[in-house]
Order: sequence, then C-alpha cells, then structure tokens
Amino acid sequence: MSSAILESGAAVAHGVERHRLEGHGVEELSMQQALNRALDEVLATQPKALIFGEDCGRLGGVFRITDGLQLKYGEARVFDTPLAESGILGMSVGLAMAGFHPIPEVQFDGFAYPAINQIVCQIGRMNYRSRGTLPMPITLRVPSFGGIRAPEHHGESLEALFAHVPGLKVVSPSTPHEAYHLLTYAASLPDPVIFMEPKSRYWQKGPVDFARGPETIGSPTGAKVMRQGRHLTVVAWGAMVARCLQVADLAAEDGVDIEVLDLRWLKPIDAQALATSVQKTRRAVVVHEAPLTSGLGAEVAQLITHGCFDTLKAPVERVTGFDVPYPSGDLEDEYIPNIDRILNGIKRVLEYRRG
Amino acid sequence: MDTLPPLATGETAAPSPGQLRELYSLMVAVRHLDSSAVAWQRQGIIPGYAPELGQEAAQVGSGYAVDLTRDFVFPTYREMGVARAMGVDMVAYMATHKATWHGGLYDPMESRLAPIQAVVAGSVLHAVGWAHGQTLTGTADGKLGVALSYFGDGASSQGDVHEAMNFAALMKAPVVFFVQNNGWAISVPTERQVAGGSVAARAQGYGIPAIQVDGNDVVAVLEATRHALAHCRSGNGPALVEAMTYRRGPHSTSDDPGRYRSLAEERDGGGEDPLERFRQRLLADGIADEAFFAAALAAAKAEEEQIRAGIQALGPRPGNEMFDLVFQETTPALQAQGASWREESEHV
Repeated sequence: MSSAILESGAAVAHGVERHRLEGHGVEELSMQQALNRALDEVLATQPKALIFGEDCGRLGGVFRITDGLQLKYGEARVFDTPLAESGILGMSVGLAMAGFHPIPEVQFDGFAYPAINQIVCQIGRMNYRSRGTLPMPITLRVPSFGGIRAPEHHGESLEALFAHVPGLKVVSPSTPHEAYHLLTYAASLPDPVIFMEPKSRYWQKGPVDFARGPETIGSPTGAKVMRQGRHLTVVAWGAMVARCLQVADLAAEDGVDIEVLDLRWLKPIDAQALATSVQKTRRAVVVHEAPLTSGLGAEVAQLITHGCFDTLKAPVERVTGFDVPYPSGDLEDEYIPNIDRILNGIKRVLEYRRG
Repeated sequence: MDTLPPLATGETAAPSPGQLRELYSLMVAVRHLDSSAVAWQRQGIIPGYAPELGQEAAQVGSGYAVDLTRDFVFPTYREMGVARAMGVDMVAYMATHKATWHGGLYDPMESRLAPIQAVVAGSVLHAVGWAHGQTLTGTADGKLGVALSYFGDGASSQGDVHEAMNFAALMKAPVVFFVQNNGWAISVPTERQVAGGSVAARAQGYGIPAIQVDGNDVVAVLEATRHALAHCRSGNGPALVEAMTYRRGPHSTSDDPGRYRSLAEERDGGGEDPLERFRQRLLADGIADEAFFAAALAAAKAEEEQIRAGIQALGPRPGNEMFDLVFQETTPALQAQGASWREESEHV
C-alpha cells in the first residue's frame, strides 16, 4: 500500500518538474509561499524525502508552510506525528539510517528544547560515531525568533545553541528569495541542517527569482551583501536583516553609507565574506535577537577581529537581545533590537576614538 | 504476561540439536569474553567495560533470532552478547571499550548493528524510525525487515521509550522492543524504577502485545524473540519482549555493587547460572556431552585470545579522522582546525 503511495508520488513528481520549468522567472511571493514551493520541489525531485511533524499533514502546518503537500504527495510522504518532539527527531534518525531524507518540523523554536537530546546526542553525532557510514541528511525546519507577540516558548533565538553543537549546520533565510533557494539547497546536503525560519517574515512578500546559479543566490554556502556601503558593515541574519536594511536607509539620510551583510549560514560562518566587507568599511556592528552573553555575535566579532584587526577603526559592536528569558509580547519590542538601538550601536562605532 | 497472539502452526520451528549446540557455544564464547574483558580492564588493557555476567541467555537467545539479511539491531552499551550472536567483528566491537572510537569500529550497515551509544533510550526511537522506513518501502507479506531495539529496565523510565512505544503502535511499525530487565539500573532496583509492575505491562497501555520471558533460559528467549519478529514481519505492528534476568556483576568496571546490595542478595537474585542450566539441559536431553562442552570452552578461549591480541594491536586512530568524520561535507572552519592540528601535533 505504502509503496503504491510512493509510486503515485513519483508520478506526481513529473508534473511538478514540468510546473517548475514553466515557473521559471521572477514571482512575487511571501516567504510562506516560497518555502512551500521549495518543499514541493524537494518532494518532487527527491523520492526519498519525507515531511512530517505536528499538524504538517491535513492542516498544512500552523504556519501553512506544508499546505497542500499531503494532498499532492500522499500520507506516506507528508504525515502528522504524535505531539512529541523527541519522537519526531528520534524517528528522523532511524529513517535516515534506512535511507530516507527526513524533513521534520518542530512547530515552534521553544519546542526544540524537548528534542535537544536527539538533536545533540544523536543527529549531530551519528555520522561521526558511525565513521561516516550512517549519514544524517536531515533538514530540521524550525520556525524561529520572535516578533509575533506569541506565548512563551513560541519565540526563541536558538542559533548559538545549535551552532555550538558539533555535527550540525545552521542556516536562516531573510527574504522569500533566500528562503526558496536556501531550503532547496539545505535539503540537497548529506548532513543535518537546522533551518531557522524567521516567523515574523512569513507573510512579507518579495521577488523570488527561480533561476539557479551565482547570479541569483551567490555562493549557496556563503553570506550575501544585501546592500553595498562604505562606512560600516552591519551583520545580521533572519528577521533582523530587513530591520537593518531599514536602518541603513535611515542612516543614508544622514550621509552614512551602511553595508548590510546577511550572514545566512550561522554554521559554517562565511568568515571570508565578513573579512571582505569589513576590510572595505573598517567598522562593524552585529545585530541579533538572541541574548548578548555567549551569543553568536561574539563569534562573528571574533572572526571580524581576526580577519581585520589591522584595518578596524573601532571595536566590533553588538546590538542584541538581553540576558533575560524571551519576554511577553508587551515587552517584545523592548527586547528585540529596534531601529533606535541599532542606530545607537552604529553611532558608538562611528564615534569611537582611541583612548 | 503474554498478550502476543499465538503464531500459526509451523511459523517458527523449535531449534534443532545443532542450533542448540550452537547457542551453547555462543553463550560460552560470550561468558568467556565478558569475564576476560573485566580482567583486561584490571590489567590496563582497556580503560573500562560494562559486564553482562548472567545475561548471556537473554542476549544470545535474542541476537540469534535476528535475520541478518533484513533486520537491524539498535543497541545501547551492554549488548556484547547480542553482537557476538550476530557475528559482529568483536575486535571492532571491543574498540569502543578500548577507547579507540565511540560507537565501535564495526560497519553498522554491514553488520546490521547500529553504533554503541550510551543515552540508553535514545536509540529506541531510532528503531521506530527505521522500522517505519520498512513499512514505507516493503510489503507486509511476512517479509518486512524488523528493528530490534535493546534497552533495560532503567531506560524504560526515560520519556523516549514512551514516545517510541506510542509512535510505533500508532504507525504499526515493525519493531521489537527487547527489554533486558536485569533488576538493576546501576544501584537502583527494578521495584524502585518501574511503575506498573513491569515494562511488559506498560506496553499493554499502548496496545502493544508483549511477552515476558524467563531471560535466563536461552531457548525460551529465542522462541519469544522469533515469535515477536514473526508478528512484526507480517505487518501487525510492534511487539515487546521483556526478558527477566539479573545483572550478576557490577554495572561497569568502575562500579561497586557492595554499596547497594549484599552478596546474599546477589546470589538469591541471580538464581541458577543460565550457562550451567543450559549445560545440564543439553546433557539431560543427550544433545551434547562433556567432550563438546570442553571443545566449546577451548574454542571460546582461543577466540578470546585472538580478540585480545586484536585490540592490543589497535593503535590510536589517526587524528585527522577527528576532523574528517564529523560531516559528509566538511566545513572551512573544520578544515582550518584540522590544518592547525596537523601543524601543532606531534602525532602526524
């Protein structure tokens, strides 16, 4: 029975392949639609790909990222699981061992915590433990970060935690275009990737150029300059990229020309892109939502320091969340770096004078 | 406790005299290697070991039932007897206790044994995922590959075991949960570990048929495991076998059971030695004689010597593997760290 479902999925795949070819060009899509298109393409082109998690099937996910996929590919390839994150991730390990390509979803970032044992002790280590004989091509989608006034545990910034775990790769898209290309790329990798989707950007539209190649995506493993500038580099990822681009527009009104670098990959970090940008601008600010202490900003600052020590005109500054549990919606705007705090960080760097 | 539906006649045959002798030979090999491994630790040949004295029947009986052409076994860290019964390269297996490589050096795909790992309930979910994969690709005509998940009474307290049972039952995944209830989770006895009377009783709550079996009777364990495997192979979903046995020795070579149980308790809890018991049975049934037992022991000793020589000959792994085996596709940062290690290391 199940094999028949898989076969019918393969039959559908040809239709999707044609659809994709017809769909070439640029389309205006929300990030939610772009992610859905990416998953559709992955299911169509990879017969061993499976999508599962809580409410991924009939409902299409609470954010509708998997909308319509079960109908199209059948219940064998897109299915609902019981409400148990460790179960979802532990099952992914076994499915990967059996030759499948699991694309599980954790419904909200905070619910990755109950699965940390499977993510850290199992998914991150199985390739190593098995000396490369049991690869873990698992693409874990995690709706991430805050900004939607969600209840507790529904808005967390786990990138430093994930990036610190040996054996995991971590990536976060900032636009619908990045979302489509980074997800299809991540799902082609033979290693486990944590795909952190900025949930506050799900409904923002933007152009998605479906053409492949460096002209549209740059290096699929690298960072990307989203705005060229001369005076200072702002490094951000996920939802913070859009805000930093706004900041750059405002700063331009005061004659400050800011370069915005979307880090995209939080592990491995594109150290070369950081060095290239900051060697040009000689100043840098890192912006992230996660708490300051031991955050990824510290890693980025060190990489910049190492790559640009002689060039830097000021210490690398960080504008981040605070060392507090992620606050309730009413205080969220105080917690997440806002335009003023980012501008202040930029100002501190621009006005720095050696003592 | 037996809620596993009976098999159709002839679905599994009773072990032949030849198979019974083979089971005995395996048990002796496991017993001898196990006690030798403890000695190796005392002699400084290996840094640590998790003995399984008294669990030979549970491990050999179940491991012997595995079909190496289609099943897959998910161990924790006290399954040496299972590995031996499956024919796994024992030098490669023991390499984990030699501290050569976490998980051992054997090829999991070839041997059908997942790498050794110590988060005791972690692999139970892997077994369910692998088993679900068989459902997705195979047909339920009595030919499904089955996942065998080994865990103990202590592991059964972890949430992952419960998530695994729930998932497996809902998805009708062909997985046998093979519980070695050896009475002790390090220092904590089963009665302070397992609520609900037994792990098998818990399985009922998930609608999973279960058999509780005398884990010190190798034939009973073999037959119960074959029964459970046949049940799963035909697409009936999961089954659970709880082998009631006893850990006669310490939890590990670092453990001191004298702190939590008396010698009298140990003697009473262990009951009759499963190896001696099987020997008596083979003698009484005229299936084996003293000459056979002597030959089996001699073979076990020869095998142990080979394994010892093999692990003593194992040098440390080349350090570059530390960097090369993290990912299938390495990262620039790891490459840089590897290069820096090569420059600074004296072991290149």
